[in-house]
Amino acid sequence: MKLPIFLDNHSTTPMDPRVLDAMLPYFVEKFGNAASRNHAFGWDAEEAVDKSRKQIAKLINADPKEIVFTSGATESDNLALKGVLEMYREKGTHLITSSTEHRAVLDTAKSLEAKGLATVTYLQVDKHGMVNPDDVRNAITDKTVLISVMLANNEIGTINPIREIGKIAKEKGVLFHCDATQGVGKIPVDVQALGIDLMSFSAHKMYGPKGVGALYVRKKNPRVRLVAQMDGGGHERGMRSGTLPVPLIVGFGKACELCEQEMATETARLTAMRNRLEAAIMAGLEESYLNGHPTNRLPGNLNISFAYVEGESLLMGMKDIALSSGSACTSATLEPSYVLRALGVGVELAHSSIRFGLGRFNTEEEIDYTIKKVIEIVTKLREMSPLYEMAKEGVDLKSVQWAAH
Amino acid sequence: MAYSDKVVDHFNNPRNMGSFKKDEDGVGTGMVGAPECGDVMKLQIKVQDDTIVDAKFKTFGCGSAIASSSLATEWLKGKTIEEAQKIKNTDIVQELNLPPVKIHCSVLAEDAIKAALSDYQKKAAKTEAAQ
Repeated sequence: MKLPIFLDNHSTTPMDPRVLDAMLPYFVEKFGNAASRNHAFGWDAEEAVDKSRKQIAKLINADPKEIVFTSGATESDNLALKGVLEMYREKGTHLITSSTEHRAVLDTAKSLEAKGLATVTYLQVDKHGMVNPDDVRNAITDKTVLISVMLANNEIGTINPIREIGKIAKEKGVLFHCDATQGVGKIPVDVQALGIDLMSFSAHKMYGPKGVGALYVRKKNPRVRLVAQMDGGGHERGMRSGTLPVPLIVGFGKACELCEQEMATETARLTAMRNRLEAAIMAGLEESYLNGHPTNRLPGNLNISFAYVEGESLLMGMKDIALSSGSACTSATLEPSYVLRALGVGVELAHSSIRFGLGRFNTEEEIDYTIKKVIEIVTKLREMSPLYEMAKEGVDLKSVQWAAH
Repeated sequence: MAYSDKVVDHFNNPRNMGSFKKDEDGVGTGMVGAPECGDVMKLQIKVQDDTIVDAKFKTFGCGSAIASSSLATEWLKGKTIEEAQKIKNTDIVQELNLPPVKIHCSVLAEDAIKAALSDYQKKAAKTEAAQ
């Protein structure tokens, strides 16, 4: 077993060597511009892009023409929200989204709000992090142009009732955007069955290269239109100008193909491994609390709060395992995870959270090692924790008058 | 973010981790911080003839908070009350090479030292008054 172990597969994933193999010819040998219509270099590139578009569309049950290539999910989210609100501003400016969306959606919504281009409703989620479709229905007004709800959350892995929300959107004639960055390639996603009109996703979350993503834009029933956010050569049906990064797109296509072929076996393998990790940690450590939905979540996701110990110190104690934490000390904003806070998780437990993200290349042996390390370090840090000592002495920590600083 | 070797060393081998009984003679206890803020430090000193003969800590917090309090106990041992008053957070920042975002850990450690000293002095004054 090689150290360090990568258990942070929600942040990014290692590229599959088969993806790299597919990409390699498109750097030096087949370097053409896919928009060059008059020579063999361009035709080769175009053919490769077309093939990739088909592979990607097949994974999500879309038409290849509905795939708009972008630099990644952040750009796709920006293009979907800004592009749709600008296009349909005569109908209205109301946007509905949820409080646990990725920052790429939330900050885009806030930016539209700040510029006076949108009024935004941020829906609350339940204690498992799930959006209630009835709340979506009730928030819709005659000025609503777009609903944006994520498929699966990047911190807690909770999967939203997308099909129900899609149905409501159709019924009310409102467009539905879904940030599916964490879900595509991991769980079945069918844009037809789910009633999705626009969908963001990214190659590097599914063992493909960084720097390429896509926005699915529905072509019929309804035909979605949007205003491009970048002016230029009018590539991608005029929605996203810029020369296509052919090698990245080829890798993206291959990554989608592999995810589709291996999804069933991979889901079973990851779920079993994740469940084993969860059960062993819960059995070995009292006062460990699962964050997110107990069953309805991504196969590779596990998010646990370990009472009385702080997340960053946990990560420091397990520096040969790459993980992430909802602790304020690990975030750029110095605030604990807004996702966990939205679930109603107490601030102190948000500080104590660790996210395990299992992926294609993790092994049973790595999980054994992780179980042992987690139990060891949490036990050690609890011995060091004045809060644990007080709790053991029977002090109710909530009754203590703390001096906030 | 990379930690300095000294922070890593204190984190992996904390000095004087543990607790004295709060009501023990000559023991001063300082508890600062709040769970919601992500750090709580408990620092205790044991004083004989105006000299700190032993010190212990327990900390809930990040690696730098643990290292700051561990270092504080090391520095406190052998100092008189007056000398201990002079320990500044900036000394801790310098010794541990703390980055700007971790300065609050050193501030907390200084607060914990002050709180432990003041608790000891209060207790000593009470004992004196009773005698």
